[in-house]
Amino acid sequence: MTRLGKLVLVLCLIMIINFIFTGCDRKEDVLNIYNWGDYIDPTVIKDFEDEYNIKVNYSTFATNEDMYVKLKSGAGNYDVAFPSDYMIERMIKEDMLYKLDKNNIPNLKNIDEKFINLSFDPENQYSVPYFWGTVGILYNRKVVKEKVDSWDILWDEKYKNEIVMLDSQRDSIGVALKKLGYSMNSRDINELRKAKEILIKQKPLVYTYVIDEVKDLMIAGEANLGVVWSGDATAAIRENENLEYVIPKEGSNIWFDNMVIPKSSKNKKKAELFIDFMCRPDIAARNTDYVGYSTPNNEAIEKLPEDIKNSKVAYPNEEDLERCEIFKDPSDFITKYDIIWTEIKAEY
Amino acid sequence: MKLKWTSYPYIVWMAIFIIIPLLLILFFSITSGDVFRLGEFQFTLDNFKRFMNPIYLKVLGRSITLALQSTAICFLLGYPMAMIISKAELKKRNAMILLFVVPMWMNFLLRTYAWLTLLGRNGLINYIIKSLGFEPLSLIYNNKAILLGMVYNFLPFMVLPIYSVLIKIDNSLIEAAEDLGASKLEVFTRIILPLSIPGIVSGFTMVFMPAVSTFVISSLLGGGKYMLIGNLVEQQFLWSGDWNFGSAISIVMMIFILISMAIMAKFDEDEKGGGLW
Repeated sequence: MTRLGKLVLVLCLIMIINFIFTGCDRKEDVLNIYNWGDYIDPTVIKDFEDEYNIKVNYSTFATNEDMYVKLKSGAGNYDVAFPSDYMIERMIKEDMLYKLDKNNIPNLKNIDEKFINLSFDPENQYSVPYFWGTVGILYNRKVVKEKVDSWDILWDEKYKNEIVMLDSQRDSIGVALKKLGYSMNSRDINELRKAKEILIKQKPLVYTYVIDEVKDLMIAGEANLGVVWSGDATAAIRENENLEYVIPKEGSNIWFDNMVIPKSSKNKKKAELFIDFMCRPDIAARNTDYVGYSTPNNEAIEKLPEDIKNSKVAYPNEEDLERCEIFKDPSDFITKYDIIWTEIKAEY
Repeated sequence: MKLKWTSYPYIVWMAIFIIIPLLLILFFSITSGDVFRLGEFQFTLDNFKRFMNPIYLKVLGRSITLALQSTAICFLLGYPMAMIISKAELKKRNAMILLFVVPMWMNFLLRTYAWLTLLGRNGLINYIIKSLGFEPLSLIYNNKAILLGMVYNFLPFMVLPIYSVLIKIDNSLIEAAEDLGASKLEVFTRIILPLSIPGIVSGFTMVFMPAVSTFVISSLLGGGKYMLIGNLVEQQFLWSGDWNFGSAISIVMMIFILISMAIMAKFDEDEKGGGLW
């Protein structure tokens, strides 16, 4: 055999092996679900598989951006994904999502009208609400004895090394913007610059910048004042009853994680079936109980235990919510946010 | 050397997993536009120009300083350690090497997480300090914690190459020097140290390279307060989605590592073996 012939042979072998391995999971009824970590009751997936005889490949991501990059690069053929508001806006803009056939999702009727037709998806053509929540301050009553109702407390010298901030540029810059009385979606470079200055000023007081670990730090009393998402607050309060959650008076962020079908899906009907299943009251209630975030599903709320149903952390008063803003897609302005965040992080 | 056809799989492997990715990084770094639509790229050096901004240079400077510090500490701790091990009798020596290697069987991330529970405000060390009646210290989420993490994780990479060179030094050379009246210090500075340079050089590179590019240690033990160049690259790829700029940073970093290795190689010119190359 010539050298070239051998080379071709080796290449062919590699390709054959490749096809064999990738060919394995090409069965008809498989759904690829892409969700946030720790964001579903695992038994729900099992029930779906049993009920409809569809195999579910479940994988998770940690940030919207993470998920976006993976979908955009075509690295996974996901059938259902769970992005947040501003990311849905961006994905719609970039034509990455299928329009939903609402006839296939009858359980959509269980979703509270408040959560339908929001600004990021005006006619709800592309997404179905899954969970929602707010951003606020979680604090330990034993250590922080004064009344907490303002973002200002995160800049109080008294609490040096007690403060935990979110290691997420939109959230932390958003907090600073709100403290200054600006919009969280500011596109004014001067406002952003001011936000940067106060975040740099705050840096010596901050114990650490984290995302998921904030729960553990607060439960263990490592830190006593932190910016958290409401679901994490619920979970932390369950473990440590001295913790309390407030939405500051300057206002905050309200966010929505919705289910969408990316254009990479090869099985739109089945994906809609899955979304419908997730909107079923009993299923949504089980997920809510497990995850701790707030469900937009009216029927599901009825099925929840009293303490969750009446929780002001998960279901705040109307007037608190009115002060909250939804994130918008910053599109090209994202580089500005990015540079500012880098400047904050690079400073010490 | 003529390549046998059995080596083709390796060549294909290297092409797919080393050469093509490197070329892609290089390509991204000198282009702009949507990386997912390769047809519409434009050549530009803006990514590199952006990196010349003082904030990014500061980050680079800090990464290099921390990496150099941790390399120096590893060397100061590791060299005596390697000597002690190499002088020990065979049985003890093997036991000591094993002790050095066993922690590396555990996951690197897990070992770094373990430090969180040791150094934390209510961690084990502070618990002991408090129970002795002293004020707790702030041990975590600062530069020193990052440095500790680097030294702890990368020390074996310094000790093992130096050890493997020391063990090979011909004992008769040392005896000869002693016979000719050299003091202990002279034997060390004029015989042992020069002969162990290949090991030191590979130890330096093996510690410096991962230390300068780490992003896990700085985000776990630095609490996200101290951004290093590795965190910057991570941020560009995962958060901002600016792969072009992220690639440009990676290229700059690779150039720095290449330069530092070239400098290292200078010290190692006439020595063969024991080194990384």
